[in-house]
Amino acid sequence: MVSQPHGGRLVRRVAHGRRRERLLEEAQGMPQLELDDTRAADVANIAHGAYSPLEGFLTEEDYESVLLHMRLSNDLPWPIPIVLDTPSEAARDWGVGDEIALTHRGRMLAVMSVEDIYAWDRAEYAERVYRTTDPGHPGVAKLGEMGGLLVGGRLELLEEPPEPFQALRLWPIETRVLFRERGWRTIVAFQTRNVPHLGHEYVQKAALTFTDGLLIHPLVGWKKPGDFRDEVIIRAYEELIRHYYPPNSVVLSVLRMQMRYAGPREAVFHAIVRKNYGATHFIVGRDHAGVGSYYGPYEAWDIFREFPDLGITPLFIRESFYCTKCGGMVNEKICPHGDEHRIRISGTKLRSLLANKQMPPETMMRREVAQVVMEFDNPFTE
Amino acid sequence: MSGERVQVTIRKDLVEKARKFIEEQGGFDSLEEFLDFVLETVLEEEGPGSEMSEEDEEKVKERLRALGYM
Repeated sequence: MVSQPHGGRLVRRVAHGRRRERLLEEAQGMPQLELDDTRAADVANIAHGAYSPLEGFLTEEDYESVLLHMRLSNDLPWPIPIVLDTPSEAARDWGVGDEIALTHRGRMLAVMSVEDIYAWDRAEYAERVYRTTDPGHPGVAKLGEMGGLLVGGRLELLEEPPEPFQALRLWPIETRVLFRERGWRTIVAFQTRNVPHLGHEYVQKAALTFTDGLLIHPLVGWKKPGDFRDEVIIRAYEELIRHYYPPNSVVLSVLRMQMRYAGPREAVFHAIVRKNYGATHFIVGRDHAGVGSYYGPYEAWDIFREFPDLGITPLFIRESFYCTKCGGMVNEKICPHGDEHRIRISGTKLRSLLANKQMPPETMMRREVAQVVMEFDNPFTE
Repeated sequence: MSGERVQVTIRKDLVEKARKFIEEQGGFDSLEEFLDFVLETVLEEEGPGSEMSEEDEEKVKERLRALGYM
């Protein structure tokens, strides 16, 4: 059986039919708050249950609980605040109990019942979630762009935000039906913001060996400059799957969500979201969602000890490398040979080779994948 | 715990197992509390509230077929 949604129930906050028509009409007379792409994606993720059990943006009680304890106020694990910020002057006339309309690119997106309006402390948020207040951290830098007040409350989606990768965007209810129809009882999810190299393929296939199916779930949306562009990641995975994966064992779908680079906390959050998509297992990278040297090696693994009640099994697969003596990808646990036989995959080196249109060695990346990446003039975000 | 309570009969061996579970695992103050939790969990997970209508499910399948996932 696929994972139960986090909190036991898959949230669905999407208005349909006559109710939607009525809400659309009412929304015209409500105060409006325009959202950016990232926040609009959060609205859709809430409404479609990707963030179950959240039915809206966090109220202050939950926000404080998440910051301090990495749990919602009902004690359910939840390490990342999902909040809606607004400039202080915009919310001046709003009160608890008011309905506001959330718009995106000028279109009506959702209606929200205001349950709470509260001030927040950027430094505290940064220190708790990112464990640094260094503005050089991309997640901390994004906090500086946010408004001075947070608005909490349940919402209802009226209109889907645009999705450039529509054909690859599945909601939790869809993956759950899909997994069931394929007869999968155990599903391992793989989070990524990179083009796949042999190390990624190795951990995915290692996990797939003892599960029924693999969900490759790249994040699309805002990422820091220098990361691979969304379309490059998707094309690279399509090519890898086409050549090297049994089609009935893998699902490739995108998840539109901001990359926060919050390291250990974000690793747990990524696992919770994939649990909502029906995954039973989640591959956790050694420096999952890390950036620079803000988080120590294996911290993203250690944090899972604090969540025995997570409801999805984290898989900690050791760093892999190519061993010339073994003749394939292996890891420390299964390879007895010395460093002289080991070719380690360097992300920095791979990036440099691909940026210069140089074919990486086949001990690091599949030729077909590298070719696709190099077809892009600039595969990186700016 | 809240709400009116009623009496039911349960197999003795299950009650003994449940008591042993509570004793070993903790987290529940009484057998009643444990049984409330188990029933609520099962009903929440399997109940009609979490199920789609047949029509909704068919729409999902149609989309999955159209996209080539099924």
